[in-house]
Amino acid sequence: MIDWQAFALTIKLATITTAILLVIAVPLSALLVLGKSRWLALLEAFTVLPLVLPPTVLGFFLLVLLGLRTPVGRAIAAVLGHPLAFSFAGLVVGSVIYSLPFAVQPVVAGFSSVEPALIDAARVLGAGPARLVLSLLVPLARRSILAAAVLGFLHTVGEFGVVLMLGGDIPGATRTLSIVLYNQVESFDYAAASHTAALLLGLSVVALAAIYIGGRWRGGRNA
Amino acid sequence: MLEFRIKAQRGRFRLEVDSRFRSGWTVVFGPSGAGKSTILRILAGLEIPDEGRIVFDGETLTDTATNRNVRPGRRRTGLVAQNPALFPHLNAASNVAYGLATLDSRARVNRVHEMLELADAKGLANRLPRDLSGGEAQRVALARSLAPLPRLLLLDEPFSALDGAASDSLLSRLQQWTTDHGVQAVLVTHDATDAFAAGAEVALLREGSMYAQGPAAEVLGHERQRMIDRLDGSGMRN
Repeated sequence: MIDWQAFALTIKLATITTAILLVIAVPLSALLVLGKSRWLALLEAFTVLPLVLPPTVLGFFLLVLLGLRTPVGRAIAAVLGHPLAFSFAGLVVGSVIYSLPFAVQPVVAGFSSVEPALIDAARVLGAGPARLVLSLLVPLARRSILAAAVLGFLHTVGEFGVVLMLGGDIPGATRTLSIVLYNQVESFDYAAASHTAALLLGLSVVALAAIYIGGRWRGGRNA
Repeated sequence: MLEFRIKAQRGRFRLEVDSRFRSGWTVVFGPSGAGKSTILRILAGLEIPDEGRIVFDGETLTDTATNRNVRPGRRRTGLVAQNPALFPHLNAASNVAYGLATLDSRARVNRVHEMLELADAKGLANRLPRDLSGGEAQRVALARSLAPLPRLLLLDEPFSALDGAASDSLLSRLQQWTTDHGVQAVLVTHDATDAFAAGAEVALLREGSMYAQGPAAEVLGHERQRMIDRLDGSGMRN
């Protein structure tokens, strides 16, 4: 009843996307919190844009951008040997862009909650930007980073619009659980759909519980 | 020698000072809101003045005319603020070691030990900041700022959580240490007793301007008389 191939692909997509999201979100959030340039407001707006953009619209733009009709898409195809659209790598790119605000927002909130006096003390003691982030902001905002990872992961697991527009429905390559669920409903196979939906629900509950149990276990609600 | 000319507007508050601190210890005395902490933050490089120049021992640290502002960590300046701002996830020893990234581990351990001892905080090495009292945290913060051996030490009411005797003892040890290591210190306070205890040159700051500068007895004569009058008054009541 459960499409385990789609399940494995979904978990693989969400795991890779989450790892990339964290690598991008931590320095980007640090820049947004510690930076002084007025242009950062524009950068923050772009980061948050996928939050308000309909997923199908974002998927369409990415499909066009990464397809063979644009110089960017052709350049990527020349390097990879195939276009990014309708491939697993394309899904990763789409997922990272679509889930970026869900990872950046909690990390920005966590970094912003670090007392400025601590940042000043570290700077006077010789910490440059990288050390400031790694030795101070990251450990103090670890719960926010965990929340960002879980939200990014879950958001990718449940993603539908971008996946369908950008990846289509290729078994083993771009068919995720959300696409499977859609197909099952389309074919009126409600029994299978309820299993798939229950699996997606279970993943969300377990991941969210991990955040809250982790927070209580550490005994604090800070950062 | 520390020379600075600073103009800074912070909301409705205007700071405008032009001074030379020649002696090893200078106390900047003034009421709350006079601009003392702002001066220290600018000297530490944490804030850039609207206009001004800071030169320490011939090296220009800040010059707004040439857009020069040496990064806080590159000034070899130590800053101890009233808020100890200890890193909450590190124990006292690791806090003190934070500014010693360039030392090898043996030298780092020795320096941490030496500084905690100087600040009379040796027994606190393994304690987390949340387990320290206000006075203990200030001792650790002092040890942390001294550990990288700064050339210029900026102290913003660093002993406010210590009682009088402990504060005087620590101040006396610190003065000896700065003399031995050729470190120039600037102590900011609104407590005249600190100014007299330091026995240093005093700069009197009022409403963002340097009002007077000279020996404590001369600059703070009025404050001294006020304290004597208060003591006499309390003696009469007892």
